Amino acid sequence: MTIPEREPQNLPDGWEMVIGLEVHAELATHTKMFSPAPNHFGAAPNTNVHPVCLGLPGTLPVVNAKAVELSIRVGLALNCTVQRCVFARKNYFYPDMPKDYQISQYDQPLNADGWLELPSGYRVCVERAHMEEDTGKSTHVGVSGRIHDAGYSLVDYNRAGVPLLEIVSRPDIRGPEEAKAYVAELQSILIAVGASDGKFEEGSLRVDANVSVRPTGSTELRTRCEIKNVNSLRSIGRAIQYEAIRHVDLYTAGEAPIQETRHWDEEGGRTRPGRSKEEAEDYRYFADPDLVPIDPSPEWIDEIRAALPALPRERRQALVDLGGRGEAVTVTVERRLDTLVREAVALGADAERALIHAANNLAVEGADRLDSARFAALVTMETSGQLTSTQAKQVLASMVATGRHPAELAAEAGFEAMDTGELEGLLDGIIAARPDEWQRFVEGEAKLQGMFTGQIMKATGGKADGKVIAQLLAAKKQA
Amino acid sequence: MSRTAVEIAAAVASGAASAVSILEEHLARIDEREAEIHAFNTVLTDEARAQAAEIDRQVAAGHDVGPLAGVPIALKDNLCTRGIPTTCSSRMLEGWRPPYNATVVERLAEAGAVLVGKTNLDEFAMGSSTENSAFGPTRNPHDLSRVPGGSSGGSAAAVAAGFSAVALGSDTGGSIRQPAALCGVVGMKPTYGAVSRYGLVAFASSLDQVGPFSRDVADSALLYELISGHDPRDSTSIPATLPSVRGHLDRGVEGLRVGLIRELLGETLDGFEPEVLAQTRAAADTLAAAGAIVDEVSVPSTIYGLSAYYLIAPAEASSNLARYDGVRYGHREEGGANTAAMMRASRTAGFGPEVKRRIMLGTYGLSAGYHDAFYGKAQRVRTLIIDDFAKAYENFDVLLSPTSPCVAFPFGAKSDPLTMYLNDVATIPSNLSGQPSISVPFGTGAHGLPVGVQVLAPLLGEPVMYQVAAQIERAAKEPLLQETLLKEGRS
Repeated sequence: MTIPEREPQNLPDGWEMVIGLEVHAELATHTKMFSPAPNHFGAAPNTNVHPVCLGLPGTLPVVNAKAVELSIRVGLALNCTVQRCVFARKNYFYPDMPKDYQISQYDQPLNADGWLELPSGYRVCVERAHMEEDTGKSTHVGVSGRIHDAGYSLVDYNRAGVPLLEIVSRPDIRGPEEAKAYVAELQSILIAVGASDGKFEEGSLRVDANVSVRPTGSTELRTRCEIKNVNSLRSIGRAIQYEAIRHVDLYTAGEAPIQETRHWDEEGGRTRPGRSKEEAEDYRYFADPDLVPIDPSPEWIDEIRAALPALPRERRQALVDLGGRGEAVTVTVERRLDTLVREAVALGADAERALIHAANNLAVEGADRLDSARFAALVTMETSGQLTSTQAKQVLASMVATGRHPAELAAEAGFEAMDTGELEGLLDGIIAARPDEWQRFVEGEAKLQGMFTGQIMKATGGKADGKVIAQLLAAKKQA
Repeated sequence: MSRTAVEIAAAVASGAASAVSILEEHLARIDEREAEIHAFNTVLTDEARAQAAEIDRQVAAGHDVGPLAGVPIALKDNLCTRGIPTTCSSRMLEGWRPPYNATVVERLAEAGAVLVGKTNLDEFAMGSSTENSAFGPTRNPHDLSRVPGGSSGGSAAAVAAGFSAVALGSDTGGSIRQPAALCGVVGMKPTYGAVSRYGLVAFASSLDQVGPFSRDVADSALLYELISGHDPRDSTSIPATLPSVRGHLDRGVEGLRVGLIRELLGETLDGFEPEVLAQTRAAADTLAAAGAIVDEVSVPSTIYGLSAYYLIAPAEASSNLARYDGVRYGHREEGGANTAAMMRASRTAGFGPEVKRRIMLGTYGLSAGYHDAFYGKAQRVRTLIIDDFAKAYENFDVLLSPTSPCVAFPFGAKSDPLTMYLNDVATIPSNLSGQPSISVPFGTGAHGLPVGVQVLAPLLGEPVMYQVAAQIERAAKEPLLQETLLKEGRS
């Protein structure tokens, strides 16, 4: 096995980053973790509620079996040991938490000791992936929207009790790009196994980053800060980079960071202190007496394992086996277009062209619903010269929009292969109209190639193949 | 005194008596004595009349009316009743109306019971005298200068005074059995998980169990059969069909092995009244006379139960009662500078002193640095008690002890919390072990006040427990025999 290439450190010489990530994923269940209330995003405030998730006196939690199943799917996909687990109460007062304790898992999580392999081949150890319930959502109404100067606060309990899986990595990550790759890969896995919709923008995926730095080559773990509120891949990279530099600056100045929670300020591009350690809560964890331990049977685990779909890593490998390389492979799998490509290739389409389309031209809604036979037909029309690459791209867009056959769409758009003789005649006319420019082009002014290409395109209404034009210009120049 | 639930249901179903007339008898007694006893937080006169009339219509129409048809019942005010105030006798929940019924309330309604009211309790079920109610204490119907016991003092008093034929209470450390003993009625705590806790406002979740009060053992067995059984809304509910108990009532005790718990016979621990101990031994003697094999047995760890209980129960309570923060429902003190200040002020004003004491005890016991020394150790003692009982049940079918060390005591007599806590010493072990036990009235003690004898059984041992309880009850109803035994046994 080759040693994977690691990210170069964006830090002053002699320092390296030590990063561990806690990813909260909302599970894609129909109902909440312990309550029959519906679990879906975007409902009117306080409508997805039930006495149980409102924590009304006398109510009791009952575990959602689907949430357990989805959590086991993720655990298996992350190569974890799936084990007997116990729910524990994490006690602290907060208005958006109806019971003023959160049901989570503490010393006995469902999934433990796994790993996630990045596209680079590097494996990040996963310490645990445990189940818990989400809190409600507070809106602070006041001058800045922050709690300190709020006139009053509104609480929406729709999110209270939504099932979460918290996936905790070991501090194995060494840079912002690696952190982004980890989260992106985890997101793909969550979506692939159907555990979560993985949408940052709807809060289905939320990341806390534990960041510290140390002298390169050292194995110590220095004081870390937990950065909360990092809610996009881009922010994760920026927040980590900012925080690591802050630590190095402190150490360089003879100071040291204090262990604290910090918040990422997206606009300011910086982290700000949140709760400090002095105010840190004592959560008084204890096993929740309202719930019984879950001990998944080996049969159940095997059943879930057998039903797992191919994981992103395996799917990337399948594309590599077709001759795909690099970014195109990663992007195609991320967009879940790999099945489309593989089926089209099986039907005779050229693998390279198919991958290029998937990676570059299908970043649109509905692309994953393309019919693979029609996609294969399009790729073949292009490679056989019936369509230019520009035309193929246009037809592909129409196919996504209408679902129709590429031959029909090409005919309607008036796309047909142009005769080289016809093009040559057009070019002669253009040269005759611009003798000076042509002379300069022949003498080596290469940038004029674009002007001549543009003129031919204009004359043909965009139907000419750029490659053929280039060949024609080269031949004419030599003549 | 009025008829039992079994008699009422039979009379109503057959048309021999109307549910309305039965109810009116009970309402008349409430009218007469409730002002001095204060068993209820809420009396549901109109609702009960409507419900009773409906039962009578059903009977007239020839419909099946259920095994509790027309039986007036009272519910401890920590059992959720849809649209009806459920206060836990706390300012914190004054006026709160749950949007749902507890599972046991649904089951009683299906059986045709008529709900006459919600009964008083020690605030959030924390206490042994009902003196901790925010709405004033309940008085013992046998002696108004004395407590009815607690925390289900209102339910015990309601049944003793004939305000209802039967009642439900909750038992976390003896809160059904002890007031039953002090009020001279039958009170039973089922096996943990036999009866759903859904809709019972939690005090200590791993110890709480709902159970019946009644004037005789047969009614207790009937109520138990009706309220027990699996409930998918309670994860700790036992997912199995439970054995029937009523068939065991008339079987006698020939050949059954009965163990008197040595540690609860007054030699190991102080505070047991001699009359109470004498009655307990007398009850054992009647069982022996009826063919049981009676012997003393040591359950050494029972004496540590009290300490373990007063760490575990407050720990769970500190978490269970966190939700009363003034944000969503219940008492709120306005005008705090921020949310935390509002929560603090609401909890300070909403909770009484005993509730605060236990929340603080529990919070402390779960805190970082103390967790293992207190909560962790208490849980290990709990395991020890379970093991000790298991050992005892290798040689005995049931165990016997006094329910309470003393008869009903005067108000204010146990104002020191620790003295009050000691009152639960005989009842707490069953909560820690999860095992069923029942208090059956057996004669009287000091001042002619009722004494209760406790029968303990292994997990799901309700059939044999009721079998023995029924025998004790038969003996208690034969005063001549009882007196003879007392004289002979103690001379």
